[in-house]
Amino acid sequence: MAQQLHVELVAVEERVWSGEAEMVVARTTEGELGVLPGHAPLLGQLAEPGQVRIKLAGGEQVSYEVAGGFLSVSAEGVTVLAESATPASTAQGR
Amino acid sequence: MAAQVRVLRQRIRSAKGMKKITKAMELVATSRIAKAQARVEASLPYAQAITGVLTALASNARIDHPLLTPRERVRRAGVLLVTADRGLAGGYSSNAIRTAESLLARLAAEGKEPVLYVIGRKGVSYYRFRNRPIEANWTGFSEQPSFADARAVGETLIKAFSAGADDVDGGAGADGVLGIDELHIVYTEFHSLMTQNPVAKIIGPMQVEDRPRSEGLLPAYEFEPEAEALLDALLPKYINTRIYAALIESAASESAARRRAMKAATDNAEEMIEKYTREMNSARQAGITQEISEIVGGANALAASGSEV
Repeated sequence: MAQQLHVELVAVEERVWSGEAEMVVARTTEGELGVLPGHAPLLGQLAEPGQVRIKLAGGEQVSYEVAGGFLSVSAEGVTVLAESATPASTAQGR
Repeated sequence: MAAQVRVLRQRIRSAKGMKKITKAMELVATSRIAKAQARVEASLPYAQAITGVLTALASNARIDHPLLTPRERVRRAGVLLVTADRGLAGGYSSNAIRTAESLLARLAAEGKEPVLYVIGRKGVSYYRFRNRPIEANWTGFSEQPSFADARAVGETLIKAFSAGADDVDGGAGADGVLGIDELHIVYTEFHSLMTQNPVAKIIGPMQVEDRPRSEGLLPAYEFEPEAEALLDALLPKYINTRIYAALIESAASESAARRRAMKAATDNAEEMIEKYTREMNSARQAGITQEISEIVGGANALAASGSEV
């Protein structure tokens, strides 16, 4: 897939992760959500405790445990705002 | 003479000891400034992102949230003062306190009852000593504040702010808790290594700016959950972020003020060492000269008495 999604995961004290990805999976208070490139603009509050999975090109995946998080999808990409984010222990995907 | 030399030597030794201490503190403060500046830098992405999100929200949701609407009648105004935990930082804490004092006087003149929230041992002891009431205080993190500290402060303040919504004249309202209707923050802005200015800013209620956007319309956002619920969740976090930003900037200012004070102290110690060394040398030289003249005088006297016999 040629199209990539620009993802930024920022915590209050630092930028945790930033880069290109194929898909972002997160759970908002309304339900599980997957964001692909070209997604409509969206603002969401993440469920507590929430896990954000970022699927990279080539099938790899990084995931973070996010507390107090928000998800913002715009034309520029996806921004995940978190009060704190720690790498999840089950980071190895598929 | 010998006694004077000994006294001077003692003074030089103590000045050297002091110089070592102040030099070490100067170096520590210098490295802390760099660290604090790096933390200010690191917090910027989040601050920018949350501001962007709030801008998108504010233009889509009704903006009559309690944190956004000025109260008709402001009875009690909260003032959060950020000072240092430790001294030896020049005028850092006292300048912040002075700014807070003038803000308190202004609020009192406007007929608002000021309510004090203090961060840092210096500010706390200033008000304790004068027997003035402090609503709440936090200490122990002025040099290296974490977001958890800022959140603890922010939660207390937001709770007080929402408790103030139903207050009536001369007493607490329905909830029986006296709250605040306005929230000010006094902290020290970091301009450069040489200048740091204490400033007073209002952070609650927040002001929504209507700014014409150059790049056209904002995209039509979808909201999960509703925009109003999102705003409820986001605004307190935004206040916490503002407090955190003030804390880390104050920490950078504190270290810069301490570095400057310690640099001046080191320079003074050096000057003193130099002065005492000169005095000591001349005292020693005078002692030697006197000894020689005594010997010569004695020899002459002996020779004179010998020739007479």
